[in-house]
Amino acid sequence: MKKFVTFCSLVTMLLCSASMALAASGTIKIGGLFSVTGPASFLGEPEKKTLELLVADLNAKGGINGQKLEAVIYDTAGDATKAVQLATKLIRNDKVVAIIGPSTTGESMAVLALTEKEKIPLVSCAAGIKITEPAKDRKFTFKTPANDHVAAEKNLNYMAKQKQKNLALLTVTDGFGASGREQLKTLAAQKGFNIVADETYGPKDTDMTPQLTKIRGSKADAIICWGTNPGPAIITKNVKQLGIKMPVYMSHGVASKKYIELASAAAAEGVMLPAGKLAIYDMLAKNDPQQKLLREYDAAYRKAYGVEASTFGGYAYDAFLLVTNAIKAKGATTAQIRDGLEQTKKLVSVSGIFNMSATDHNGLDLSAFEMVRVTKGDWAILK
Amino acid sequence: MHKELIKYALFSTVVLLAPLQFSGSYLLNVLVFVGIHTMLAVALNLLLGYAGQISLGHGAFFGLGAYLSGVLTATYGWNPWLTMLVAALVVGGIAFGIGFPILRLKGHYLAMATLGMGIIVYIVFNEWVELTGGPSGFSGIPSLSIGSFVFDTDLKNYYLVWSFVLGCVLLSVNLANSRIGRACRAIHDAEVAARVVGVNARLLKVQIFALSAMICAIAGSLYAHVMTFIAPPSFGFNISVELLTMVVIGGLGSIYGSFLGALLLTLLPEFLRFMHDYDIVFYGGLLMVMTIFMPGGLVRGIPALFRKLSGLRKGKGAAHA
Repeated sequence: MKKFVTFCSLVTMLLCSASMALAASGTIKIGGLFSVTGPASFLGEPEKKTLELLVADLNAKGGINGQKLEAVIYDTAGDATKAVQLATKLIRNDKVVAIIGPSTTGESMAVLALTEKEKIPLVSCAAGIKITEPAKDRKFTFKTPANDHVAAEKNLNYMAKQKQKNLALLTVTDGFGASGREQLKTLAAQKGFNIVADETYGPKDTDMTPQLTKIRGSKADAIICWGTNPGPAIITKNVKQLGIKMPVYMSHGVASKKYIELASAAAAEGVMLPAGKLAIYDMLAKNDPQQKLLREYDAAYRKAYGVEASTFGGYAYDAFLLVTNAIKAKGATTAQIRDGLEQTKKLVSVSGIFNMSATDHNGLDLSAFEMVRVTKGDWAILK
Repeated sequence: MHKELIKYALFSTVVLLAPLQFSGSYLLNVLVFVGIHTMLAVALNLLLGYAGQISLGHGAFFGLGAYLSGVLTATYGWNPWLTMLVAALVVGGIAFGIGFPILRLKGHYLAMATLGMGIIVYIVFNEWVELTGGPSGFSGIPSLSIGSFVFDTDLKNYYLVWSFVLGCVLLSVNLANSRIGRACRAIHDAEVAARVVGVNARLLKVQIFALSAMICAIAGSLYAHVMTFIAPPSFGFNISVELLTMVVIGGLGSIYGSFLGALLLTLLPEFLRFMHDYDIVFYGGLLMVMTIFMPGGLVRGIPALFRKLSGLRKGKGAAHA
C-alpha cells in the first residue's frame, strides 16, 4: 500500500508540473536555451541568471504593452543534440515566440537549422561568425556577442599603431579559438601583417611552454593569443617563466578580473586586450552612453546573486533587450519580432550599441570594445 | 523461432503506431534520437553482450559515419544514399583492419585500446579544420530524400530512422539465433573451449567488430542527415560511455534490452526536467540502484520484479488466511 501511495503522489507531481506549464496563457512566452551545466557552464549560468533577473524586473514594472512576459528556460548541458530537442520542445509544447541562446556556437549552428525552418526568431548568445552569415540564409537568426573579427581588428589596429608587423598566433582548438585563428589570419593578410608562427593548444592543456619556446625563436614582434580561461592565464604565466619580452595580446574572451586572478597580477602586467565595456564601466568617459546601463546591470546582478556581472551574462541581457524592444516596436508575433529585431537602431545595451540591418544580424562595430592594458592587477584604458 | 517472430511483430507494431500518440509533440523528435541510440546500442550489444568484447570507442565509428556522410554530401555533392553505403563500407573496413591487432587484447587492455582509438578519432575531427570545420562544427548537410519526397519533418524522420532500426533489429536477432550467434556466445563464455570445438575465434571476433562498426556508421549517417549539423563533442568519449550504459542497463545479450536501455537513457532526462538542478543526482542514483538490484538489466529485471511483487502479495494473503 505504501508503495502505491508513493507511486500515486509521484504521478500527481508529474501531472502538476505539466498543468503548471499550461496554466500561464495570455502572457508572452520567450524561450531560453543555456548550457547551465557541462563544460560551457561558465557561459550558461550567468546567462540564465541574467534572463531570470530581467524577466522578474520587467514584470514587476508591468510587463510589455500591458502583457506579462514569461521565460521558459532549459539547460542544454552544452550538447548540440539536446539543444535541438529542447528547441523543438520550446516551439511545439511551450509555443514560445522567440528563443534566446544557445550559449555555444556549435549548439547555435545546430538549433538555427530548426528555427529557420520553423520561422522562430533566434537570438544566439554565441560569438561564431557563421551563426549570422551568410545573411540571406539567416532570416530569423541574430546574435549578440560581437563578431570575432571585430575584436581581432581592434587588436590589429592597435598593433599597427605600435609598428608591430610580425605576429605569432597561439590559439586554442575549440570553436572560439578556431574562429579567432581564421579571422586573425584573414585580417592580418589584409592589413599587411606577417604571421611568423601559428601555434595551437588544447582546451585542457596545462602547460604551453613548448609552443612558446617555438614562438620565442620566431622573431615575432608580438604574441596574440585567442582563448578563454584557463588557457590564456597559463600562457601568461609561461611567458613570464620563460622570460619572453614580446608584448602579449589576448582576446576579448578573457576580459574579466578572473583572468588576472588566475594568471596573478605580476605575470599579467602589461598584457593588452580588447575588452567589452562591462569590465571597465567605472573608467569610461562621463558622457559614454552605455555607462548608466552597465552600472545598473552590475548593481542589480550583485544584489540578486552576490557576484559581479560578467560579459557572458551581458550577452543574454542584450538578447532580452533586443527581443523586448522588438515586441514594443512591432508586436508579439514571430514575424513581427523578426522584423523588429532586424530594424533595431541605436539600441544601447551591455555589449555595445546595436544597429541591425538586413545584411548585419549582429549590429556591433569596433566601438563595442576598448583596448585595455593590465596595470597593477587592474585594467587601464589605452588611448 | 515462433517466439522470436511474435516478439519482433509486437516490437514493430509498437514502433509503427507510436507516432499516433506523440505526433506534433517534441517527444517525437526525442524518439528519433531514441531510434539512433537503439541502433548504436544494438551494435555494441552484438560485440559486448554476445561476443563478450568490450569497446569504449564506439562513438568513433558513429562519428566517422556522420562525418563521412556530412563531408561527402555537403562538400563534394555525393548522393546521400550512396554515401551512406560507402561510409558503412569504409568504416567497416577500418574496423576490420584495426580489429586484428586490437582484439588480440583482453579485458582492461581491450577497453584501453578501444578508448584510445575513440580519442584519436575525436582529435582528428577536432583538428582537421579544413575538412571537418573543426570545433565550430560542420553545417549545411542536406536532408535525405527519395525523388521529391524530402525527410525534413520529425514524423518523416521518425519513420526513416525507425525503419533502419527495424532492419537492424531483425538482422541482429537472426544473427544472434544463428550458428554465428552461438559461436559468439561460446567465445564469450570460454574462448579456448570455443576454439577447441572448431570456432575460428580470432576471425569471428573481428567480423563482429566490423559489423558492429558498420551499424554505428549507418546510425551516424542518419544522425548527420537528421540534424543537418555535426560537431565533434557529439562523438566523443561521453557517447561511448553512454552507449555502454544503455547496453548494460538494458541487458547484456538481449537485442530488445538494448532498445529498452536506449529508450530509458534518452527519455529519462526529459521526464526528470521538472526536478531542475537535482535531476542529475536522481539520474545517477537511479542508475546505481538499477545496477545493484537488476544486474541482468531491464529486460530480465522487470519480469523478475513482477514475479517478486506477485509472490509477495500471495505470501501476504497466505499469512492472513
